[in-house]
Amino acid sequence: MDENRLDGNAAAGLLAEIFTLEITTARAACVRCGAAGEIGAQMAYVSEIGTVVRCATCDNALIRVSRQDDGPQRYWLDLKGVEYLQLG
Amino acid sequence: MADTPRKLSWRIGEVVETSPDTPRTKSLFLEVPGWEGHRAGQHVDVRLTAEDGYQAQRSYSIASAPEDGRVELLVERLDDGEVSPYLTDELRAGDGLELRGPIGGWFAWEAREGGPLLLVAGGSGIAPLMAIIRHRQAAGNDTPVRLLFSSRSYEDVIFREELERLATGDEKLEIIHTLTRSVPPGWEGYDRRIDEEMLGEVAFSPDERPLAFVCGPTPLVEAVATTLVRLGHEPARVKTERFGPTGG
Amino acid sequence: MGGGFISRGFRGRRRQADGDARIPPGQYLVEGFPVLSAGPTPRTPLEEWDFTIEGEVDGPRMWSWEEFRALPSEEITRDIHCVTKWSKLGTTWEGVSIDTLLEAVDTAAEYVVAFCDGGYTTNLPLEEVTGGKAWIAHTYEGEPLAPEHGGPARLLVPHLYFWKSAKWVRGLRLLAEDEPGFWESLGYHNFGDPWREQRYWGD
Repeated sequence: MDENRLDGNAAAGLLAEIFTLEITTARAACVRCGAAGEIGAQMAYVSEIGTVVRCATCDNALIRVSRQDDGPQRYWLDLKGVEYLQLG
Repeated sequence: MADTPRKLSWRIGEVVETSPDTPRTKSLFLEVPGWEGHRAGQHVDVRLTAEDGYQAQRSYSIASAPEDGRVELLVERLDDGEVSPYLTDELRAGDGLELRGPIGGWFAWEAREGGPLLLVAGGSGIAPLMAIIRHRQAAGNDTPVRLLFSSRSYEDVIFREELERLATGDEKLEIIHTLTRSVPPGWEGYDRRIDEEMLGEVAFSPDERPLAFVCGPTPLVEAVATTLVRLGHEPARVKTERFGPTGG
Repeated sequence: MGGGFISRGFRGRRRQADGDARIPPGQYLVEGFPVLSAGPTPRTPLEEWDFTIEGEVDGPRMWSWEEFRALPSEEITRDIHCVTKWSKLGTTWEGVSIDTLLEAVDTAAEYVVAFCDGGYTTNLPLEEVTGGKAWIAHTYEGEPLAPEHGGPARLLVPHLYFWKSAKWVRGLRLLAEDEPGFWESLGYHNFGDPWREQRYWGD
């Protein structure tokens, strides 16, 4: 049991600042192992430095996102871990 | 699901009522201007800002049904917490509370989705499941529901009276309690942590393909979810909301 | 930051130490030791652990845990500063100086990437981990470094924001060219000097 691991749902707040469509029910396929599923069913590691959504099957980082906390509202989003993201 | 694309932003809700429940918990009732409603199971992020700009943020499940106009948050006071003691000790009717939401459509249930529903709660993990139960009630829905609810003691059972009342009038709603630290005199219910034997006795058969929602401290959620799958339930029909090591 | 809303009566746990010259701009002191995670906590058994120096070197070098612990170790007391704004003063560690490890190799490299169990990486100019500025730390406050804080060993580079002190470090790759690491490729400043508040790209 990893204490820091939450459900994909926990990443929803930050991701909802970027995506206007519901992200937790978005389907994603992992580039590393091919497993496909809803973001809500994956694992989320959430902290003030950034949020990483990891494949529940192989731990690959599917989505990485960070946000600038001071100054301009700016985000950095890395989607290299997914083959695709199906929203809506 | 009628999702209108919109960007989620922080807004101020007004605390209209606070209501202690168990020795460690309190419900906060908020009026949120422009609230578009939520789905039972969703949560909000709450943000506190000190005068020097310092901020702390936590997620809280919405305990109220979508049919209720107010947003109810169930807060458990953690003694060494940074946010929960403020919410339970300081916040009062008339105060503003900055929040964003609703968030998290994946962990949500609407009456038309059917069931049967297996709800498993550990302590304050009852919050989103209460929204589901209240929504089912408000919608006049008769989907069979079994709630397995783990609490430390009888006095610590959150929403105890309301759950009792709802179950009394509804033969399709079964509430099974387990108390893990102390039991009242004459207690005939479960008196231990949720384990495979208990889940085997309580859960609907996998043949009935229940929808399971499990919420509470991470160790409980992981143990229950793993066990349900081991008992034959489909992983895609077991939804989890881990609150973290100590609970939400 | 926010729309300007202040939560009446909220103070939060942290204590500011205004005017303390040891606290970089924008930081505040904490009492605990926050754990920030980007992934599952690795649990490599010591008998499987090794530390490698590779890349632009005459030849790669590898130490087993026993060999690593047999190297001369130093006690280090330093202030540490996280980009998420918390600081801890006077933290005590024990570890092997990177200078000691680099004695084993010849290199003309100017950059280094620290790589870790779980895939985390961070990049630095080589001169920022030499000259007594960095260690591979195995002990914190007199106890073996806990897994949640990067044990059995983490990189320790206290003069830069603490995301550069990579947890669960397994080696250093020396490079001719800079290669942004996990957070440096996601908006965080390539260098990360807390005294110049180099938190994000463009700072």
